[in-house]
Order: sequence, then C-alpha cells, then structure tokens
Amino acid sequence: MYSARDWREYPRRYRLEAGKCKKCGKIEFPTRLVCSKCGAREFETEMLPDTGKVLTYTVIRTAPSQFTDIAPYAIAIAELTNGVKLTAQLVDCDVDKIKVGDEVRIEFRRVQTDAHSGILSYGYKFVPKWY
Amino acid sequence: MRDVAVVGVGMTKFGEIWDSSLRDLYVEAALGAIENSGVDHIDSMIIGCMSGGLFVGQEHLGSMLADYLGIKHLPASRVESACASGGLAFRHALIEVASGMSDIVMAGGVEKMNDISGDGATFALATAADQEYEVFHGATFPGLYALMAVAHMEKYGTTRDMLAAVAVKNHDNGALNPNAQYPFKITMDTVKSSVMIADPLRILDCSPITDGAAAVILTTVDIAKKLGKPYVKITGSGHATDTIALHSRDDMTTIKATTVAADKALKMAGKTIKDVNFAEVHDCFTIAELVVMESLGLYAPGKAGEAVLNGETALNGKFPINTSGGLKSKGHPVGATGVAQIVEIFKQLTGVAENGRQLKSNPKVGLAQNMGGSGGSSLVHILEVA
Amino acid sequence: MGKVGIVGYGCHLPRHRIKVEEIAKVWGADAPSYKKGLMLREKSVPPPDCDTITLSVEATKNALRRAGGINTAEIGAIYIGSESHPYAVKPSGVTVAEAIGATPNIHCADFEFACKAGSEAMFVCLGLVKAGEVKYGLAIGGDTSQGAPGDALEYSAAAGAAAFIMGTENLVAESIDTFSYMTDTPDFWRREYEFYPQHAGRYTGEPAYFKHTCGAAEGMMKKVGMKPSDFTYAVFHQPNGKFPQRAGKMLGFTKEQMEPGWLSPTLGNTYSGASPIGLTSTLDVAKPGDTILMVSYGSGSGSDGFVWKVTDRIDEVRDKAVRTRKLLDENLIYIDYGTYAKFRHKIKKNA
Repeated sequence: MYSARDWREYPRRYRLEAGKCKKCGKIEFPTRLVCSKCGAREFETEMLPDTGKVLTYTVIRTAPSQFTDIAPYAIAIAELTNGVKLTAQLVDCDVDKIKVGDEVRIEFRRVQTDAHSGILSYGYKFVPKWY
Repeated sequence: MRDVAVVGVGMTKFGEIWDSSLRDLYVEAALGAIENSGVDHIDSMIIGCMSGGLFVGQEHLGSMLADYLGIKHLPASRVESACASGGLAFRHALIEVASGMSDIVMAGGVEKMNDISGDGATFALATAADQEYEVFHGATFPGLYALMAVAHMEKYGTTRDMLAAVAVKNHDNGALNPNAQYPFKITMDTVKSSVMIADPLRILDCSPITDGAAAVILTTVDIAKKLGKPYVKITGSGHATDTIALHSRDDMTTIKATTVAADKALKMAGKTIKDVNFAEVHDCFTIAELVVMESLGLYAPGKAGEAVLNGETALNGKFPINTSGGLKSKGHPVGATGVAQIVEIFKQLTGVAENGRQLKSNPKVGLAQNMGGSGGSSLVHILEVA
Repeated sequence: MGKVGIVGYGCHLPRHRIKVEEIAKVWGADAPSYKKGLMLREKSVPPPDCDTITLSVEATKNALRRAGGINTAEIGAIYIGSESHPYAVKPSGVTVAEAIGATPNIHCADFEFACKAGSEAMFVCLGLVKAGEVKYGLAIGGDTSQGAPGDALEYSAAAGAAAFIMGTENLVAESIDTFSYMTDTPDFWRREYEFYPQHAGRYTGEPAYFKHTCGAAEGMMKKVGMKPSDFTYAVFHQPNGKFPQRAGKMLGFTKEQMEPGWLSPTLGNTYSGASPIGLTSTLDVAKPGDTILMVSYGSGSGSDGFVWKVTDRIDEVRDKAVRTRKLLDENLIYIDYGTYAKFRHKIKKNA
C-alpha cells in the first residue's frame, strides 16, 4: 500500500539511524532538517544503541484491525542508553507483568502486514532484555 | 485591536445522529447561532473540522457549508488542529474581528464520525498522532493517553479511583444537558468494571465517537451592545503547539502546550488563573482532565486527582469543571468540541444554562481549554461577563 | 588455495513453544507415542511478528557480533535458504541486507531446496569467497515452516535461523571440504499456491532422508579420507529427534559426538535452519582443533556435506553473542493450540 513511505523509513525502521547535530550534539530520531534544540542544520549519522529502559507503557486490549492477531499487546516509551526516547511495541513478555524501569532490547520484527497480498512492513520492537 | 464579544450560540444534539449528514448538522448549529445572536448577516465563517475528508470523503468545507447556509460568496475557511480544530476556529474568528478585517464572524465546528466503521474512525483519529513513530507501531489514541496515565500514576501516585471520579462528575453534569450524548449518571463501579481499552483506561474513561456541530457568532463589543441581546466579552486568547510525538515531550505528565497557551491568554486578559471561576476543559480521556487541571496551574502537579475525589470541581464545588458534561458525557464530535466549550461558557455567563446546570455562584470569568492529539496543540480562551 | 571458512556465526530462535501434548489433545492423538516415536517433546513457534526475514536479521546480527567488527559494506553476497520466504516474489535477502547496511554493492537471490536451502547457501558463499569474487559471503538458513493440521509434521514444523559470514581471514572454523549428493526423490513437496506441504509417509525415511544423508556423509568422509572416529562432532539434519540419531548410529557416530548439535527434541524441525543451527550450537562448545562433520538434508532430495575445522579464534569469539542453547532452553513462553493456530494463520478470517 505505502511502498514509497515504507521505503523512505528504512534507515530508521531497519537500522535505527539517527542524526547528531554537529553544533550542539543533540541526537534526533528521526533525523531532521532543523535541530530541535539549537536550530542548526547540519547533522552526522549516529546509530542508536539497542538497549534501554521502559519509561511508561500500556496494554492495548482493543486493537486496530491490523493488530488483532497479537492483541492484547503492549506499547512502551523507552529511553535508550543514549537518552533518545522511542515508542514501540514491547513483545515476548507477559503484558500483565511489565513495570516502569524494565530493561529492554530492540529486535527486528514484522510490524505490519498489508492483508493477504500487500507489502510487509518491518521495523523495531522492544523485547525484555533477558541476556 | 478591537474588543470582541460572543453574541449568540447554537449547537445540535451530540450523539449518533443517523438522520443528519455533516452539512445538515453544521447548518442546524449555524442557524441556531445566527438566530440566538440577532445578527442579520455575517461577514465570514471559520469552520473547525478535523477530517471531513477521512470521515465522509468531504473537503472544501468552506465552500460547501457557506453554500448550504445559503450565503452566496461568503468567505469561509476550514481550519484544522486535530481535536483542537474548534478552538482554533474560534481564535481565527476572534483575530478577524479584532483586527478590523470583519465585523461579524461565525466560528463553527462540526464532525460526522458515525458514517464510517469503528476501525475507520480509529484510523482517522490516529492521524492526530505521529504516523511513522507512534501509529505505525500500534499506538492508538487511548494508548497514548494510557501511556500518559501510567507515567502520571508512577510519578504522583494518581489512582484508578481518581480517574473514575472525573467520568462520574462529568456524567453528573451531562445528565442535566439536553444536548449531551449520554445524559445520565454513572457510578464509580460502573467505570471501573467497564471493558479495558488500554491499561489503565477503560471504555468509560474515554470520550465517545460522536456526530455534532456547534457555532458561535463573534462581533465587536460595540455592535454587541447595539444588538441589545446578552453577550460575553472575549478577553484572552492563547495558542501553542508542542512536539507531535508523546515521547518527544520534555515531561510526559503535563501538557506544555496548554500551559503556554494559558499563560498567553491570561496575560492578554490581565488575569491570573485564580481569577477564573470555572472552566470547560478537554477531557478526551479522564486522565486528560487531571493533567490539564495541573497544566493550567489550577492545581500543583500530582494534586488534581485528590481535588476531583473531594468534589472541588463538581457543579457546586470550589472550581466547577465541565459543567456541560465534558467530552465524556456531552460527546466529542472532534471539530465541534472547541466551539461547544464556548457555547457552555456563554450560557453559564449569561445565566441560561439549562436544567439546573446553571452555576449558582454567579460566575464572572470562564476559561475554555481545547487541545489536539496527545497535547501537540492547545487553545485557551478567557471569556467574561459583559 | 588459501583458507576459507566461517568468520562469524549466529543463531536466532523465537521464545514461544508448544508441547506435543497440546497438539495431540486437539487431534485426539496419543501424545506419548508421538513423543517416543519422534523423540520430540516440544517445538518453537514464531509469533505473528516473526518470519524468516526477521529471524534471519537477528541471526545475522549475532554472526556480525562474532565476526568482530567487519564492515558490512564488504559483504559481497547474501543468500537466504528457506521454504517459508515471506514473499513468493521479492527476495528475503534484500531486507536483511538493508537491515545490516550491506546495500547496494551486494549479490542476492533467495534459495529453495526444502530443508537444505540454508546449507546450499553456505556452499555457494564458500565458493564465491574461495574464487575471490567476494570478500565476505553471508549465508543464512531459516524457516517458519508450516505443518498441515492434524498431520504428523504438525508436531515438528518449527522456526529458527542460523547465519554464517564466510571469508578468508580471522576464521572461527575452516571449511576443509564439501560434498553434495542429490537425486530426484518425491518424498515431500509443496505445490505453488498451496498453504501446507505434503509428504509420502514412510517413503520419507529410507529412500529419502537416510539414503541422501548417508550418501553425502560417506561421500564426504571418503573425499577427505576420514572416518567417524576422526571427528569430534557430527551434526545432521534433524526433522525430529529420532532420524539424526539413527543416521548417526548407522554411520558409526556416537551419541556424544552428536549431542551438542542435536536440538530437535525441544526445538522441532527448523527446516532450512536445522543443521545450520545444529552447527552453531556445536561451535558454541567446540575447542580449537575440533573437527565437525555437518550433513544437511532437503527433501526432493539432497544432502550437502561439510567438514569444518575449528580454529583458535573460537574461544575469543563464541560468547560475543548469545549461545544457541540459551535461546533454546531459557525464557520460554508456552502457548496452547488456539494461540498456536492464530499465530500460524491456520484460522480462516475474512479478507
């Protein structure tokens, strides 16, 4: 369905590529054209770390139609070890046992499937950091 | 800048209005406002509507609604700021009159949400969030506010009961509002045992899917005086945005856009929050009302929940909030909500709120707080008795 | 000719498991006899967000961790062998390559040969590296295979992936030689547009699995002039717990030699991942100088034989990524048949 939109997002969804402001060092994810901290316009590529901590979470029990196969599912905002905050699903865990402060790691997962015949959208999800 | 007043208001019943289309709803509210105001013409019209396009496939609302209102060649625009579209329409109408560009402007709001499937409505509402970094990952609207609720509960110890108390109070008020979608009381137990949507928010913590429209007429205070009908002064207006994604906010437990907008509005009115007597706030979810109460500076961070439990914000409380029933009981036709808030404040300030909803405390200053998405935008307006 | 072999290896398995009893209950089958007959207790199940591509990406990341800082732009080829590529047309390899930053200067195509597609990818990558065509070749065997409801194969069809970065320097295990044994044998197949594969019952045994596994093993050993006792370890394709044990015994290998690479009793059959994953769990415990015989099997049919010699680098490298046995045994989520059927898209829904 959204070939161009998905494809444009690969650097972020697949590789967690962020932009580091050359002037003030702020890390923007997604990359931007203007630094949200100092307004500068030059960035260098910075890869995000793959571990972090849960800042807040919820369990979506009434799911949109494309997620009914995994309902109930948890989403969380986690702060990665470099301070960047991300929203993603938190999977492979008991949704009733999640706590703020839980350590998570990022894994590559299929995030959406466009019905029987459309394209597959891959990206990042959180899993509990158990090793 | 000229002094501006609201001279008339109108709204439809809010609810599942099967017999009315988007244009029917808007025209009904608009005609009601025109009649209520006594004006014999309007110079322009600003319409707040989140997404006529996604809900009913209709854009170009300025043209269509001016056409259906029967006013040929009327300048009409549609503005959008997700759930704050109505408040934004009101602000733009205010600016147009205050600047001298027009004398009489209608600010209206409308949303027709029930012609589309539940899934379609969820999709349309989710366009208020960050598509690539929140919605793509499965964050729903209730989900984003649930994330806020968990963060607030973790930081301040806000409880499940505090959230439920907001819904109960708003239904107490909405039961008295003839235009409300759900004009009946509910109990704490009913809220706490209703189906879970996104932990901890249950269905009765969430405002509903609603059809409805509201409209108000703005003009100069001078013209309002000449019309000889009750009017209300607009003394403050503030507007601010914040990051679209919740995870980008500096503090996820407060709505900074509301704080900044409120500061601007109060400064313009020459007032502090302590001078305000009552407010209509954007309770899209119960947690939102608590967070907004704190963001407005009405209560210290973490203290709003207790205040609701103690009845401070009830109809007969120290600071009544959402005498209309709020979004929870009155309904939330997205684009209309911000305008409907003005309708309620107008009624309270001119002493005509129906069915025993009228505040006995003789209020002088009302505040309307409207916001979009998870707090990505906010409009705050201050209105005062003439 | 210089040395070629494995520079980095990695495995990835999903967390979810289903026990034989859960499946047997639904179909009215006798769980104890299935468990005994197949030497199988439970198998891995991919949740809806895991497929061959996602498992391959994670396995590759583990391989990269063990390869110790190679520049992914220098990976010149990527081949993923699977019978459950998410697309029938659009290679799984492009997504994995994109995910590890190996595009655009890279060869890619998807491989299929039932359960030996992964080992075929390994063979081709070794060849490209040996020929000097690529500096590193990435070979992956992975699957999220389907078993027809109520069929014997439903007890074993599982999910997992193993990835190997082949190169000429800093080897963890050297490829001593390879040998392939292949014929046209219709033991197990899936026609285009069919959701589940089919098989020919007992014919899948002697004329299929055993003929080719033993044919390749014997041919491999003859080619390198070694006998079973010369090897430290042996890894065979493992469609269940029993077949590899029997093949090993027939060939003259001991249980101890097969132990580290024998995962099917609690993993199930990861199809194109099977013997490759067995190789990763063997490398996890192997010592410098150990030799490993690996023989895959793919229905249709064929077997690829490999002889590996472990280098000194294994000690420094094995724990740079999670060990296969840890992924196999720890932090498991057991599900019931209903959840399994939902996860594996076996329940009819409206389009």
